[in-house]
Amino acid sequence: MNDMTPSREDRVANLKGLGTSRKRVEDARFTQGKGNYVDDVKLPGMLFGDFVRSPYAHARVKAINTDEAMKVPGVLAVLTAKDLEPLNLHWMPTLAGDKQMVLADGKVLFQGQEVAFVVAEDRYAAADGVEAVEVEYEELPVITDPFHALETDIVLREDLEAGADGAHGPRKHHNHIFLWEEGDEAATEQAIGEAEVVAEEMVYYHRTHPCPLETCGAVASMDKVNGKLTVWGTFQAPHVVRTVASLLSGIEEHNIRVISPDIGGGFGNKVGVYPGYVCAIVASIVTGKPVKWIEDRMENLMSTAFARDYWMKGKISATKDGKITGLHCHVTADHGAFDACADPTKFPAGFFHICTGSYDIPVAYVGVDGVYTNKAPGGVAYRCSFRVTEAAYFIERMIEVLAIELGMDAAELRAKNFIKKEQFPYTSALGWEYDSGDYHTAWEKALKSVDYEGLRKEQAERVEAFKRGETRKLLGIGLTHFTEIVGAGPVKNCDILGMGMFDSCEIRIHPTGSAIARLGTISQGQGHATTFAQILASEIGISADSITIEEGDTDTAPYGLGTYGSRSTPVAGAATAMAGRKIRAKAQMIAAYLLEVHDDDVEWDVDRFVVKGAPERFKTMAEIAYASYNQAIPGVEPGLEAVSYYDPPNMTYPFGAYICVMEIDVDTGEHEIRQFYALDDCGTRINPMVIEGQVHGGLTEALAIAMGQEIAYDEIGNVKTGTLMDFFLPTSWETPNYTTDHTETPSPHHPIGAKGVGESPNVGGVPAFSNAVHDAFRAFGLRQSHMPHDHWRIWKTAHDLGLHG
Amino acid sequence: MAKTHITLTVNGEAKELLVDPRELLIHTLREQLDVTGPHIGCETSHCGACTVDIDGKSVKSCTLFSVQANGADITTIEGLGTPDELHVLQQAFREHHGLQCGYCTPGMITRAHRLLQENPNPTEEEVRFGMAGNLCRCTGYQNIVKSIMAAAAEMNAAQEAAE
Repeated sequence: MNDMTPSREDRVANLKGLGTSRKRVEDARFTQGKGNYVDDVKLPGMLFGDFVRSPYAHARVKAINTDEAMKVPGVLAVLTAKDLEPLNLHWMPTLAGDKQMVLADGKVLFQGQEVAFVVAEDRYAAADGVEAVEVEYEELPVITDPFHALETDIVLREDLEAGADGAHGPRKHHNHIFLWEEGDEAATEQAIGEAEVVAEEMVYYHRTHPCPLETCGAVASMDKVNGKLTVWGTFQAPHVVRTVASLLSGIEEHNIRVISPDIGGGFGNKVGVYPGYVCAIVASIVTGKPVKWIEDRMENLMSTAFARDYWMKGKISATKDGKITGLHCHVTADHGAFDACADPTKFPAGFFHICTGSYDIPVAYVGVDGVYTNKAPGGVAYRCSFRVTEAAYFIERMIEVLAIELGMDAAELRAKNFIKKEQFPYTSALGWEYDSGDYHTAWEKALKSVDYEGLRKEQAERVEAFKRGETRKLLGIGLTHFTEIVGAGPVKNCDILGMGMFDSCEIRIHPTGSAIARLGTISQGQGHATTFAQILASEIGISADSITIEEGDTDTAPYGLGTYGSRSTPVAGAATAMAGRKIRAKAQMIAAYLLEVHDDDVEWDVDRFVVKGAPERFKTMAEIAYASYNQAIPGVEPGLEAVSYYDPPNMTYPFGAYICVMEIDVDTGEHEIRQFYALDDCGTRINPMVIEGQVHGGLTEALAIAMGQEIAYDEIGNVKTGTLMDFFLPTSWETPNYTTDHTETPSPHHPIGAKGVGESPNVGGVPAFSNAVHDAFRAFGLRQSHMPHDHWRIWKTAHDLGLHG
Repeated sequence: MAKTHITLTVNGEAKELLVDPRELLIHTLREQLDVTGPHIGCETSHCGACTVDIDGKSVKSCTLFSVQANGADITTIEGLGTPDELHVLQQAFREHHGLQCGYCTPGMITRAHRLLQENPNPTEEEVRFGMAGNLCRCTGYQNIVKSIMAAAAEMNAAQEAAE
């Protein structure tokens, strides 16, 4: 090696690869206002579409009169179900095997449902047209309670054949969707029946909404000259949208180009296919002009993609000294008017059966009844991997309730029941194979970091001071140890509308040694352009700064299932590493040829192949790339490209330990987060800066959900929280600072050991905040209260416990 | 509907245009003038994605008629820095990971710019209070606050060096 060669350390640093807090390449555009979001797409002659929506939650549509609307200047068309019916597009399939009205076909089933689509020259004319459409409704009785739905004679879905099976088996009532079960119920009942201690509780995880700052929208442009349809949209899964668009419209898939441009946050809201997308496409086909549809905020909160709404009845049993012996859970799941949950096909309750959590529970059962009500459809994974947030909240509440029943410290109860490090890979009672974990180490680190013993002592003193009348504030210590299941998923059991949940990466190395890689995923703020380049840099020895990452254009990117459920790093990240390894394998042959040695006589060293035992003889990746384009190499094709479609062998199982310390004012119901400590173990860490940012953001969404955010309905199905005045999004003023920490337990089956992190803070954060509230009142007899813990509810809790004198 | 003639100064350039009396400033900016940095997030003044600077004040342009802005001097994110010379805040947001999806960022930086004019040396509490009209769904604000504090320190240091 001559003196000009940089040191190995310098060469590694130059890559900006794995483990580097590399600054984001996306930011130059975004900080200068040069992002390109769907509403920024502007095409010549573009029209605007807007919906007439139902003011009623349940009503028959007797007549729709569009005559006056058509007289409004600028209005070109008004579409109703009658117009879509000849195209068979008045209904559309949902991701959950149900079907959903695109436009009201004879009746409406939730407030805000799409009734007619007005197409006009600009958005103001479209809004005028919406005002002028006359719809005659006949009100029907409204059902907003899922328990009532299963008892009433009122039939919500008259389109479904009575007594016929649904997509997931028999329906036991006309408002029932499915019963989905896992585990051994008889053995679980027996274990609970024989147990020394049993705790029972109804745990409700209320209905909420992902509410990204950018609402949903699309621009459809049918070019009748060349027969190509282009759709820009807020799509978290653009390739699946293309396939669905082709199946629904009959346009061949090669003639459809779907583009997800920059997306202003998704959090699950942008996984589904919505009537607005369908109507924009139809309107463009009908008019021959581009048509834009953009939701306003009220439409977003009322109609696209609610999350949660799970009533979870739990029983957990243990020995007197706190060893858990069984867990039973029955969920009544309110799915709204159509079953449009965004789950892998075979999992109508998502991965809810991760609800045994971090604990070694010998026997368990879970049953989920899906129910129709007069609420919006959705059931998306709001920063969550398919009902994992519900599962984590359930088990972390049940542990707390069991601790109360046992009279035991909740931290000690957790530690006593954690799956031990040596038990991994661990098969849970509900059938998951946890790939790796080291819960005790994380837990001990967390408890020590916050001085848990000191906090408990302070809390006990506070309770005494409160009883003596010296303070009106209580102290809550919210504990959570969560286990996530992400990275859906193995094609053998995970698909969306029949598409296996693999993901992909295609790499091209340019002659001068820089590269472009395209993936089947799509960033919505996660920073893929930054982090995927880092994965690749470490694999192929080209600096991340010399690698362009592209996603979201189905004409150029390889097919993939998109970004949600923390699947991008576990699946597309793995594809990136695997494609990189293919590049390296070919590069090895080229290097050996150039160095005139046998393939096996060279070895990889950061950014080059060197001759074994002769480090001064090497070819850098840049030299190899150049040679691949300008030399005839016997037995090797020209060029340096690779593609990988990665089918993960298993999910990944990130975990974490969160502790929230909260002050609660008993008289006002106000709270103050004094400290929030978040330890995450997401396996190999690609970019610590980005991970920390993900944790801050996810925790703030968790704060919102736990402490105030909900989609609430009144008894006649009016949405009470349809604007940002009523729907709680925390500001910088309400949001605390967080302390982040980590342990690192790599996934044994992932090529680089990474597990995904985006959703962990939401999954673990909600129980941590909620447990803090509950814990503050534990000394006064509180077992369970429902989220969100807004000021009124906390005040009411204190009041009901007799703390107001 | 009869249109109204208005004049605006947008990022230093004089503009003359015809607007509907009911046209909102955010639509005039985005659709007539192709100034697409400010975004629409709620249309009710809550989220601040549409924040622009009008005659020295932070204004949510989604709830202001363009005719009300007649004669105004408007600065948007596009007017704060150039690709060759970024504003200190634009650099600080990148340096401290003060953004993720980028949708709130133009409004956030435009508001922060005005905040630091109003209070060049704010405490963390003052930043949190002064930025409370701009919502972010991705970052949890911690790094936004950090970015603004860092930008303030840098601007103050530059100011001192100049004096």
